[in-house]
Amino acid sequence: MGNVTDITTQAKGSSTEEREQEIGQHIGYRYDVNLVPDYDKLTPFLKKYIEFMGWKDLNWLEDVHLGYEEGKPAVFDRNINGWVQVPDDLELPESQQERDMIARELLIKFQSSETHPMVELNAEYGKVRPPSSE
Amino acid sequence: MAELTSTGSMHAEKLTGRTQQIFFSAVESDRLASPHAIDVDFDKLVDIDAEGRSAREVNQEIAARMREGYGTITVLNPGAKHSLGVGILNRLRLIFKGSLGYFGCGLSDGPNIQISGRVGWSCAENMMSGTIVIQKNAGSTFGAAIRGGDLVCKGDVGSRTGIDMKGGTIIVGGRTGAFSGFMMQRGRMIVLGDAGPNLGDSMYDGIIYVGGKIAGLGVDAVDAEMTELECNWIKRKLDQYGLEAPNGVENLRKIESGKQLWNYDSLEPTEKKLVL
Repeated sequence: MGNVTDITTQAKGSSTEEREQEIGQHIGYRYDVNLVPDYDKLTPFLKKYIEFMGWKDLNWLEDVHLGYEEGKPAVFDRNINGWVQVPDDLELPESQQERDMIARELLIKFQSSETHPMVELNAEYGKVRPPSSE
Repeated sequence: MAELTSTGSMHAEKLTGRTQQIFFSAVESDRLASPHAIDVDFDKLVDIDAEGRSAREVNQEIAARMREGYGTITVLNPGAKHSLGVGILNRLRLIFKGSLGYFGCGLSDGPNIQISGRVGWSCAENMMSGTIVIQKNAGSTFGAAIRGGDLVCKGDVGSRTGIDMKGGTIIVGGRTGAFSGFMMQRGRMIVLGDAGPNLGDSMYDGIIYVGGKIAGLGVDAVDAEMTELECNWIKRKLDQYGLEAPNGVENLRKIESGKQLWNYDSLEPTEKKLVL
């Protein structure tokens, strides 16, 4: 049985890193995309979200990890094709699994926010709307 | 905040996308759905009879019932019509009593869908989130370009399962055909039965687990070692859908990308500068 690898450790100082610096372009993902979640690290908010959606696990959030933008911790929002940086005042734990859970929670909060760009897009182009908005 | 020195030097290049931090407060809200999500109640049930109606009419009625707050919708007599249950971007329980044709449940983002029969080609294409469970068999390109969620077929599936998948989990209770996982970029595929030739051909990333025999691996698909975390995760996932690995989860064969075909840096530095 193998161990869970830490891709950040692997890449640091490796020939891959040198090659990336040489070509000015990243090779592959910035984190281990294959790292499956440790459900012991679920946050209360995520438990509530899972229950609300009628799922039994994190579902699509299993593919969400804490990444980095310009060296700062960030989570990628596929709905806007952009990174959402983790607020500076948020303390991040050392463990990648716990960081990933925080990234998932942040992403849901961002996507549920009134200020998410999809809200404006939906108002302009959405086809299916609740009765109150018709 | 904790230091992220281990990856600091990895980010010399500005990645695409616009930082959204300035628009967003992490403690802003405890909402669980986007403001434009339709509020449905899982305990509010309704049946829709698809007999003698076009797929468009059935899909429009599903949307209309959701707007009325119905959270559990059962479609009777789907009659293997094509493109049923597509484009549902909301939480919902959707049950099909029968079989679907081509492109069933594509573009799903949130619903839990159960299909008591079988499905044709390209079921759940571009699925974003939610769960789809098919009780019988599925056609080719099952879960093509899936981005997220769980897609489960308890029977056998055709060829090119999970072609171009970019996330999510595909579970096949039986066998899968040739070129499954072709050009897979991310996500996980669990096949409890046998896999056809060229499994994982040209895969960039992601993982394929196989319980039965593999007719042959594709280009750049290689064997890898399972971790305990993965074993626990697979057990949990299979339990959820009432499935079991034939010889135990520990004995699944794990296939991943050998990364020999990665060509992110195919241009030489000087050539790249000229292009840019």
